[in-house]
Amino acid sequence: MGARATELSQEDLLCMYRKMLEARYFEEKVVEIYAQGLMPGLAHLYIGQEAVAVGVCAALKPEDLITSTHRGHGHCIAKGGDLKPMMAELFGKATGYCRGKGGSMHISAFELGILGANGVVGGGIPIATGAALSAKMRGSGQVVACFFGDGASNQGSFHESLNIAALWKLPVVYVCENNRYGISVSQARHQAIENISVRAQAYGMPGVTVDGNDVEAVYRAAREAVERARQGSGPTLVECKTYRWRGHHEGDPNQGQRYRSREEIQEWKEKCPIKRLRTKLLAKGVSPSKLEEIEATVREAVEQAVEYANNSPFPSIKEAFSDVYAE
Amino acid sequence: MRTITYREALREAMREEMVRDESVFILGEDVGVYGGIFGVTAGLLAEFGEERVRDTPISEAAIAGIAVGASMTGMRPIAEIMFVDFTTIALDQIVNQGAKWHYMSGGKLTVPAVIRTYTGTGRRTAAQHSQSLEAWHAHVPGLKVVMPATPYDAKGLLKSAIRDNNLVVFIEHKMLLNEKGQVPEGEYLIPLGQADVKRPGEDCTVVATSLMVGRALKAAEILEAEGISVEVVDPRTLRPLDIDTICQSVAKTNRLVIVHEACQFGGIGAEIAAQVGERAFFDLDAPIVRVAGKDVPIPFSPALEDAVVPSVEDIAAAVRSLVKGVA
Ligand SMILES: Cc1ncc(C[n+]2csc(CCOP(=O)(O)OP(=O)(O)O)c2C)c(N)n1
Repeated sequence: MGARATELSQEDLLCMYRKMLEARYFEEKVVEIYAQGLMPGLAHLYIGQEAVAVGVCAALKPEDLITSTHRGHGHCIAKGGDLKPMMAELFGKATGYCRGKGGSMHISAFELGILGANGVVGGGIPIATGAALSAKMRGSGQVVACFFGDGASNQGSFHESLNIAALWKLPVVYVCENNRYGISVSQARHQAIENISVRAQAYGMPGVTVDGNDVEAVYRAAREAVERARQGSGPTLVECKTYRWRGHHEGDPNQGQRYRSREEIQEWKEKCPIKRLRTKLLAKGVSPSKLEEIEATVREAVEQAVEYANNSPFPSIKEAFSDVYAE
Repeated sequence: MRTITYREALREAMREEMVRDESVFILGEDVGVYGGIFGVTAGLLAEFGEERVRDTPISEAAIAGIAVGASMTGMRPIAEIMFVDFTTIALDQIVNQGAKWHYMSGGKLTVPAVIRTYTGTGRRTAAQHSQSLEAWHAHVPGLKVVMPATPYDAKGLLKSAIRDNNLVVFIEHKMLLNEKGQVPEGEYLIPLGQADVKRPGEDCTVVATSLMVGRALKAAEILEAEGISVEVVDPRTLRPLDIDTICQSVAKTNRLVIVHEACQFGGIGAEIAAQVGERAFFDLDAPIVRVAGKDVPIPFSPALEDAVVPSVEDIAAAVRSLVKGVA
């Protein structure tokens, strides 16, 4: 994506629209396949949060890096992930990004700057910090965007990393996706603060809170933080307020009705980040047919990814024994 | 006698102990409103209230440490760490703190807490959610480590663990939760450190832990049809280890196969083999055989996952070749 200017062009916005749709349609397909029992393991879906990954990654250069979470499909797509090897990985196939050894929760793609989705909550935060230290020591000019949830911001790894990153002025942007829940525990029941961005102050770095369902707002905040990082001024904590529409994972009964109301879910569905961008694009004079065309091509790309995954072979057993140690 | 699941047996143990002793309480991620990620604590919040069934933030080091501190000062906490993989985050509190204070205080401080956690493969959750780390815990003097294989054992052992005056790491298997078995209503205790002969036999002893007990019993049935009589011994508690019962069995059968799901290298099987070698060498007619998880991280793809943990057939083949000299 060429979008790194202060003002986003129509081209940039269309590109973001496409990426958000890819994330949405990819996962809507996962919902179907998972419900049919055709997908092994766990699937934690990102539906409703697409503006965060896409807004942040739009502010990055291709050589910049990210760390991701158990809810990582959106991050992977936003950073340039190809739907085919992604879907194949979710099926445990040999053609997946990790040859079937990682699965949904652990997709990595070094060639795209993706240092890995992570099954351990908070596990990616020190890794992003270390990657930022490395970028600084190597003088590579790279910036690292570190995605994590509101729940993860209670881990020691978060606090320890922010302290060091601020101290050493590391080129990292901490992106807290505050979707208001850590599995079943609402933010009000896991922290005594309302804005997680206030924690930045304790470590001596700027902290901002933005509407995580407004891709342009996310982009603007991320761009500023990325610029700061690139200039050597150190880290920023960007909190994006958003919401996960689905349950914690596919299999969480009724989209999590044990711990939240139908009304709450409905309220947030009305704030859909994709619909919001669509409305904006139409108001800017983009023709409905142009958008429909994008929608159709993305749907087609998702279908192809499923077909690719289905037609791919499982890894051979000997694959279980390779890669334990590097040569 | 009634038949209930392993999950229900665990819940009943906690419930009965909470009724019996005011100082027993539960804390952990999603243990309250959600009823535990695997449903083991379901209903306890409604019965005992938020004071005694506490949802915590995602903060494993604090969860374990709070259990240690609360137990040192008069409470009897049961802390749930969602997966044994995440006890790694809490290891300072478990290993350097909880396991040590009784000793370092010259016996004045006690740490009567339980850490309940889930182990093992079977759910296709890849390398960060499927490990078997019981040997790590069993390696530490001052910790007790329990791994129940049946609903009956689960209830009796958990009640003993809660009443024990030491820090007990209580490791439940995800794939046993729906397993049904006969469990008495009301009070009974199974002492920690007492192995159980799950099936008597003459030709070979199979010592198996956790999920592997069931697989060893199935292997024994297959072998019985072939004229090989297998004795299956379940240590139930890894530390203290009931080596006497194991040695008695070996004295009878003169052969030993040890089965566990954890990686072979440095696993609990190494300890059992060493102790039997030291104490019962002249009772053995053949070398001790270990059937263990392969020394690789757990792969995601189902075909690969199944290949790296012992199957019923792997166990049967090991016993067969030991007894008959055929593979
Ligand atoms: C260290 C650790 N503890 C617990 C878990 C289980 N777990 C997986 S996701 C999750 C909730 C994470 O909440 P948050 O960070 O807010 O991210 P979200 O799921 O909302 O995207 C938990 C507790 C885990 N994977 N890792």
